[in-house]
Amino acid sequence: MGRKVMSRDRQLTYAEAIREATEIALREDPRVVLVGLGVPDPKGIFGTTGGMRKMFGKERVLDAPIAENGLTGMVIGGALAGLRPILTHQRVDFALLSLEQIINQAAKWHYMFDGRGGTVPIVIRMIIGRGWGQGPQHAQSLHSLFAHIPGLRVVAPSTPQEAKGVFLSAVRDPNPVIFLEHRWLHGLKGPVAEGSAGLPLDRASVARRGKDLTLVAFSHGLIESMRAARFLAEAGALDAEVIDLRSLNPLDWETLSNSLAKTGRLLAVDEDHRHCGFAAEIVARAAESDLVLKSRPRRITLPDCPSPSTRALAAPFYYQARDIGRAMLEVSGRATDAAAGIPVEEKVDVPSFVFPGPF
Amino acid sequence: MTARGKVLPELYRRMLRIRLIEEEIARRYPEQEMRCPVHLSIGQEAVAVGVCAHFREKDQVTSAHRSHGHYLAQGGDLFAMLAELYGKKGGCCGGRGGSMHLIDRARGFVGAVPIVGSTLPIGVGLAWAAKRLKTGARTAIFFGEGATEEGVFAEALNLACLHRLPVLFICEDNGFSVYTNLEERRPANFDFEKFFRSHGAGYAAGHGMDVEEAHRLTGAALAKLQKSSVPQVLYFKTWRYREHCGPSDDDHLEYRCSRQVAAWRKKDPLDLAAQKLRRQMKDFGGWEKKHNETIRSEIASVWERVRQAPFPPAGSLQERIWAGKS
Repeated sequence: MGRKVMSRDRQLTYAEAIREATEIALREDPRVVLVGLGVPDPKGIFGTTGGMRKMFGKERVLDAPIAENGLTGMVIGGALAGLRPILTHQRVDFALLSLEQIINQAAKWHYMFDGRGGTVPIVIRMIIGRGWGQGPQHAQSLHSLFAHIPGLRVVAPSTPQEAKGVFLSAVRDPNPVIFLEHRWLHGLKGPVAEGSAGLPLDRASVARRGKDLTLVAFSHGLIESMRAARFLAEAGALDAEVIDLRSLNPLDWETLSNSLAKTGRLLAVDEDHRHCGFAAEIVARAAESDLVLKSRPRRITLPDCPSPSTRALAAPFYYQARDIGRAMLEVSGRATDAAAGIPVEEKVDVPSFVFPGPF
Repeated sequence: MTARGKVLPELYRRMLRIRLIEEEIARRYPEQEMRCPVHLSIGQEAVAVGVCAHFREKDQVTSAHRSHGHYLAQGGDLFAMLAELYGKKGGCCGGRGGSMHLIDRARGFVGAVPIVGSTLPIGVGLAWAAKRLKTGARTAIFFGEGATEEGVFAEALNLACLHRLPVLFICEDNGFSVYTNLEERRPANFDFEKFFRSHGAGYAAGHGMDVEEAHRLTGAALAKLQKSSVPQVLYFKTWRYREHCGPSDDDHLEYRCSRQVAAWRKKDPLDLAAQKLRRQMKDFGGWEKKHNETIRSEIASVWERVRQAPFPPAGSLQERIWAGKS
């Protein structure tokens, strides 16, 4: 992942990386504006927008009424007339009120007016909740809902470095970008390069090289996948290649198929419902391709039911790194004993690497 | 177009042009060469022309499903509009949108889409950018009374008033959403004026069949907007002559009472303007005939070009999904 170019001592959290990218974006282009309910409030969208209003003023850093669809239309119109708005939603679930504008207008504007209507350079941040009892309407992922729509770029970075680079490219891109960020990633620390370099919006990266199995993941699912892959490699049980998708639309099939050609085995991880989910798309692409797999591909997903609030039901709802590890071994036709030692979250409704609750 | 005496002939000419174009669409629609839904503006020409006469190419006008009149009044290219209805490559959307997706950004017509209420917040955003980037552009958002029933209407009006944006909201109330009467959609004591004013917007109501009044009220609203930075709402009662969607008269379905139909027909915007012009001009008949013929010949020649224009190639299907590279 090009770690050698990063300074090892510069560690930022994922939230700090988004904050840094936002500041760079606002500084480098006066057309960039930041909009959303709570953007300038004392908590600043989990620390991702803190200090922005002081630095860039009320005209460029806007708080907002509770009007998701109206605000989305407003940022679309603003983008059509020369602004580059960033809109934030504190949960994906609230953004559902703006699907009309996102799907009918933002995604289609460039295509349906045959390029003569202008472009819609907007970034819409949507935060995926999990745990601490957030329940059915504060913890949806809905990856495939957005990825299904032609004309919408959908990105779901998984590391602080990716969050920064992808965010910067998203703001600079002429297309509407749905930026999905998992709440549990906000506290995750990692090396982040200085400067204002962006990362491509349509390329996956190889998070770990390996030869036995291709493990495809993104967003928070990548963190769990890497835990499982590292553990099994260290245990000498399996040498998996982990593909960090980063972008759900467009999909970087080239990186994926290169890996599959090498390993011949596929496990797709998606922290979202199973039915018509993104992992199904990965498996379908592999099934339709010329690649001959050595074993049946598999999916690790959330079940097809809403996410309940109580921690008693969070345990059976969420998969853990250990579940991924077991499936990796099964797809590879190996004994699953080695997965038993994979550390799991002590509490499935609270992230172990950081606890910034109560959300 | 400011000197009062000279305004009305030009307003009339513009209305006449829209009327004749729309009637030709209706006449040719059964040929089944225009294979997209059409929502004709016949009967509703006055507001489109009266309002747009104040808007320039650098300004920003948006509309909805019934947008032919607004597009043409704003100077939208006739060939591009008709070619769009025929699904031709030279259409304003390259044949991808049809009648409900008109656009001509070079003339300040920033777009029309058929989802009711959808261009309201987009228009507000256009005005927001104009204010923030200091372009001096003014925005007009055309919508029907039905759009005010959408939640996004309140959101858009609130955002415009909150940020004191340079925008005019133009409500054309033709009383019906498809076949559904306003009485089925709003309580009997619903008050449009109070509703609009409750957000802090300025408000004026006018006779939607009287192009001079629409023109005068728009001028006054723009002056108020300029002075106060408070968004303005203009509300006009009007009447569509044809069916909601399609070329025909559908009054035989009796969803509109026949007395009402007859009363509105007596207020035809072209007839109203013609009555005034007969008093103002020496030879209105001759003047009208000359323009009528000029417009008809323009229509005939553009139509011929449109019919002969090529369709987009099949290979272009997936072009321009993305803007920019990749």
